[in-house]
Parts: sequence; C-alpha cells; structure tokens
Amino acid sequence: MAKFLEITVIGCGRLGSILASHFSQQGHNVVVIDRDKSAFEHLTEEFSGFAIYGDAAEMQVLQEAKLEQADCAIAVTGKDNLNIMVSQLAKTVFDVPIVLTRILEPAREEIYQKLGLTIISTTKISATAFFQTLQQQLEENVS
Amino acid sequence: MRVILIGDGKLAYFLGKKFVAQRHRVTIINAHPSEAEEFSHQIKATVIVGDGTHPPILKEAEAEKADLVLALTAYDEDNLVACQIAQHYYGVPRTIALVNDPAHQQFFEQMGITVAFSATQILANLIEKRADFEDIANFFAVDGGQIGITEIILDEDSPAVGKTLQNLNLPTGALIGCIIRQDKAFVPRGWSHLQVGDRLILISQPEHYQQFLEVLTGKVE
Repeated sequence: MAKFLEITVIGCGRLGSILASHFSQQGHNVVVIDRDKSAFEHLTEEFSGFAIYGDAAEMQVLQEAKLEQADCAIAVTGKDNLNIMVSQLAKTVFDVPIVLTRILEPAREEIYQKLGLTIISTTKISATAFFQTLQQQLEENVS
Repeated sequence: MRVILIGDGKLAYFLGKKFVAQRHRVTIINAHPSEAEEFSHQIKATVIVGDGTHPPILKEAEAEKADLVLALTAYDEDNLVACQIAQHYYGVPRTIALVNDPAHQQFFEQMGITVAFSATQILANLIEKRADFEDIANFFAVDGGQIGITEIILDEDSPAVGKTLQNLNLPTGALIGCIIRQDKAFVPRGWSHLQVGDRLILISQPEHYQQFLEVLTGKVE
C-alpha cells in the first residue's frame, strides 16, 4: 500500500476530529464527513483535508465523499447503528479494503464481529483503562 | 403468525391494527413512551417502549419466537440493524425493512434483509407511470418490479376500440388479464372485442410496457 493513504473519517465529533487532524498532519489525504457544520470547528489548524457536510445515512453523501477511492474508512459518529450501516456500505458497496467501526454499546459488538466488521468498542477500552489504572494506583499505594 | 413491528407514527399504528385484525400475534416496539401508551390502548398488541435495535429489547419482544420482523422507523441505519440482529441473533426467518433513502434498497437485500421497500420509490414509480397518462388508474410492481400491473380505461381515441384481442399487435411479455365493462369483470379471450370505456387490467414485463400502452391507447409516453 502507498505511503500516504486516502482515509475517510465519518463523524467529526471529539474522536473523529482527533483522528482526522492526526492523519492529515501525518500527510494522508483525509476526507471527513459530518452532518453538523459546527463539528468541523473541532479540527486542528493543521488539518488540510476535505470536510464534507452531509448525513452519512444518505448514499449520495458517501458518493460525494468518493468513498470508493478510500484505502481506509473509519466510522466514528455518535450513533452506533449509523457506524454499523456506513461500515457495511463501505465494505460491500464501495469496496474499501480497511474499515474500522466504533461502537459504544457492547451488546452489538459480538454480533457485528461475527458479521465481519472490525469493531473498536470505546466503552470497553475505557473500562479496561480504568481497571488497569486503578490496579496500578493500588499497587503503588501498597508499596 | 408472530409479528414484531418496530416503529412509530401512523404507519406502525395502522399496520399494527391491520395485523391484529388478520389475527396475527403482534408486538410493537416504539421508542416514544407517550405514543407507545396510546398504541397499547388502541391496538390489541403487546407494546414495548424502547429501542428495537437493542438486543435485550428484542429479547423482551420474544424475537426468538417471531416469524417476521418489520422495521419501519425514519432511520435506515436503525431499520437495518434491527433486522440484522433479529435475523442473526434471534433467528427470525423473515425481515422487512423500510428504506428511506431509495439508494439503500439493493444494499439492504444484499445484507440479508428479506425485503427492503422504499415508499419513495413506490410513489415515484406511480407518478412516473401516470405522468401524461391520465387514463392509467393504477400501477403496482410485483416481485421487485419484474412484473407490473396497471389499470387503464379505453377512450374513444384508442386505436384498439372495436378490435378483437387477436387482431391487436400485443407484445409477447404483456397480456390483458381482465376487462371490466359496466361493473362486470371477465377474463377476455382472443375473440373478445374492446369497447370505449372498458377498464383493462394489464399485466406486463416492464420492457414491454411502453409498446403495450401504445397499442392500446395510441399514445406514446
């Protein structure tokens, strides 16, 4: 794969804006989609990609974002189901080779993993971080 | 049949009522507490307040025993996920989803939804077929549009008036299924004559539809 990738980030909230800004700063070609125009204010000044204003639940918006050209799609809107649908669209309709899906509700994780999505459960990851940090602090206090 | 209906508004309400009248066992999942309460008073169905894409809610609706899940919300992503979870997690054999964006229809079926229907597409087809063609009373597509059924009324300008069916140059993929004349319906034979004011029920494949209409009305759409 080329050194610089075409990356599409769906959702420009707290997480999406960090990812989009970071990839852009690294030199990748980034397209970020959000249906709320003010969300793009989260992007850092170093962001030099494209911002597409529209609802990712509309096929035309994904076409305007030229999703079929992406090497990687990252679905990180605040809605789990939207992330799931857009990811399945990216894989099956737009043939995007790498698709990552953020899910907040752990109950949906297992089933969609079985259906072939690559899920990042931010809720589970935060829980693990809390447990580990607590464990470390307890150990430090003991010693 | 056990039916789970996920959605809100008039569509879910009247469909729920209709299924109950047809003696199906209906469970409605509605996300809005006040509307759900209204449904539970007006429809003889089990009504659950909640998110129909959330596995525990589907479990509460006894999805594992359901024969059919219908997802009718205004959000395509919710309709897709509700049907997929019902199907893959609870083994529901048939799922029907409303697609709000008609461009999603094929994708939904590709993702395993038994039937994805687009109200926009159905209405657009209806209007398209009617445009400039006021004698066409009705159109609906059967089996994903492989066959269309249309009703037309013959006016005095029709070149088909006075002819028998066997003398009309009808395309092969098209037939007149029924003639309604003075409120009596009959299935025509080759020697049946067409008259002014006849209402014809046409059955045709879409590719032969235009030619079919031309033969009967003399007009080109």
